[in-house]
Amino acid sequence: MALSDALRAEFEELCTHYPERRAGLIPALHRCQDENGGWLTPEILEDLADFFGLAPVDVYGVASFYPMFRLRPVGEHVISVCHNISCALRGAEALLEHICERTGARPGLDGTSPDGRFTVLRVECQGACANAPMVEVHGEYHEDLDPAKVDRLLAELQSGAPARGAR
Amino acid sequence: MAPKMPWPTYLLDRVGLPDSHKLEVYRQHGGYAALEDVLRKPWKPEEVTAVVKDSGLRGRGGAGFSTGLKWTFMPDPAKDGRRRYLAINADESEPGTCKDRVLMEKDPHGLLEGCLISAYAIRAEAVYIYVRGEYRKSLAVLQAAIDEARAAGLVGKGILGTSFDCEIWMHMGAGAYICGEETGLMESLEGKRGHPRPKPPFPAGYGLWGQPTTVNNVESIFNVPFIVQRGAEWFRSIGTKGSTGNFLCGISGHVERPGVYEVPMGISARQIVEELAGGVWKGRKLKAWFPGGSSTGMLPAAAIDTPMDHDSIKNAGSMLGTGAMIVIDETVSLVEAEYVIARFYEHESCGQCSQCREGTQWLDQILHRIARGHGRVDDPALLESLARGMAPAKTICALSDAAAIPTLALVKNFAAEVQEHATTGRLPAGCVSILAAQDLQEAHA
Ligand SMILES: Cc1cc2nc3c(=O)[nH]c(=O)nc-3n(C[C@H](O)[C@H](O)[C@H](O)COP(=O)(O)O)c2cc1C
Ligand code: SF4
Ligand code: FES
Repeated sequence: MALSDALRAEFEELCTHYPERRAGLIPALHRCQDENGGWLTPEILEDLADFFGLAPVDVYGVASFYPMFRLRPVGEHVISVCHNISCALRGAEALLEHICERTGARPGLDGTSPDGRFTVLRVECQGACANAPMVEVHGEYHEDLDPAKVDRLLAELQSGAPARGAR
Repeated sequence: MAPKMPWPTYLLDRVGLPDSHKLEVYRQHGGYAALEDVLRKPWKPEEVTAVVKDSGLRGRGGAGFSTGLKWTFMPDPAKDGRRRYLAINADESEPGTCKDRVLMEKDPHGLLEGCLISAYAIRAEAVYIYVRGEYRKSLAVLQAAIDEARAAGLVGKGILGTSFDCEIWMHMGAGAYICGEETGLMESLEGKRGHPRPKPPFPAGYGLWGQPTTVNNVESIFNVPFIVQRGAEWFRSIGTKGSTGNFLCGISGHVERPGVYEVPMGISARQIVEELAGGVWKGRKLKAWFPGGSSTGMLPAAAIDTPMDHDSIKNAGSMLGTGAMIVIDETVSLVEAEYVIARFYEHESCGQCSQCREGTQWLDQILHRIARGHGRVDDPALLESLARGMAPAKTICALSDAAAIPTLALVKNFAAEVQEHATTGRLPAGCVSILAAQDLQEAHA
């Protein structure tokens, strides 16, 4: 994905919010990652470096610092499972194990299922602690989860239906 | 709908209204009246700062610093003509903390009105609201509220037809806890890695883009319109002498009704657990609790009658932090609980300071080995000496302290359990593991 004209125009506007252009970099990385199916290719990083007038290594240094940016390919659906304390106290590990079994994906260096449909990630506290345990998929929080709710969520994702936040 | 509380409330009063996020609803419930008053009277900026200072409002982001006093650190505009900024800390990443999200999603205009009045007080030309990237809903709701407010002449040039100009911009973080530290936040907002800056210089002198900047938490700023309208005395009438006003207590873990509750400073922790949150779940006994997020030391069940205010919690040996209580029942090994937290700090250390970078790794590894049954007899002493090497104030920012403090509390308040776990290699009697069945599965991506 080279930066489209539409994205360039969007980023030009974004940069007007700040006295210095590079402040737009992180929001721009998010937009590119969303447009590219959940991860950032080296080409995108180079295009952004060019757009912001930065060295590619500088953009890479920023992208790799932030846990939300993924620099390796991901599956069609990325399931982020919170494993921090409030979730762990309410069964996050059992939930994670259940998700791994159902999807065939395991968190780790390559957390993607063999069929490429799911990536499962361990993530730190997502600020949903009073509704633990939780997972995040496609920008939506699914909270107060149990295995039955997770199965419904996975079925929705499998069928291609939009997964709605289970609030 | 926020449940009715047995004490006067204000923070969550609008949260349960239908369409509470809309400007029209906000206005029907008295919204933007405080801003109108400030701009039309007009108040002098110093008068706004003075009432906030007199109210005794202390920051709700974790450190509990006086909000009004912080504002007075901004340089005198007559002597320093640089641009000035207000940054709102909506990074909300301290484990257990989930309160700012409620305000942003349900009452965004309350935050915006607070931003405008606060920006007026410190004469900031722009406000940046730095929201953690995962909070997509907060981002969308706030952006829509800003658009509505702008269309109504409440944001931008000549606000409410006066000479007051102020921009409000949303900014999206990307999942790093360290960007909640105020100077890490500023670096991140500038488009860099979130590496905290050595202090001094402090943000009021050298903040965003090197200009005078104040950083405040969402909930702190949300209190401001109420204080301006109802007065410092009203605010001081709630809470204790040293900790005034209501605060949002997010309670999570082993209670029947986890949630975000509005409570007065000084309420007993027992009342929150038993009356609001329905008690420890499944009829079990309380074993330990964090008063205010994972950076505050775990307290034993015996301390549950402690009042929830800065001084009382400090006297009990911990900190009020973000007011996020995490409740742990009798079936949990506290070494395991603390390991989960140590793993978090190890993951989030930015790596600039050796005490923190290496200290968090060691705490993580040692707690891990005790939790996995491979502890050594002298591991508790080792944990303590490592944690003492990390704090207090030995590093660029307080993340190192945040990792050390709960570790020290563990080895002090629960010494017998930790020693026994390290020596025998077994979970305490009656405990069930909260960790993954196999180590292999613990890899972060
Ligand atoms: C490691 C670390 C993480 C922090 N995270 C947050 C956070 O997520 N939100 C927040 O408001 N303050 C956080 N703080 C505190 C901020 O540095 C700062 O004190 C606060 O935003 C000031 O606002 P207040 O005075 O209104 O509380 C953090 C501090 C540290 C050391
Ligand atoms: S204390 Fe830790 S997180 Fe803070 S600047 Fe130093 S290394 Fe980074
Ligand atoms: S601990 Fe899981 S959302 Fe906070």
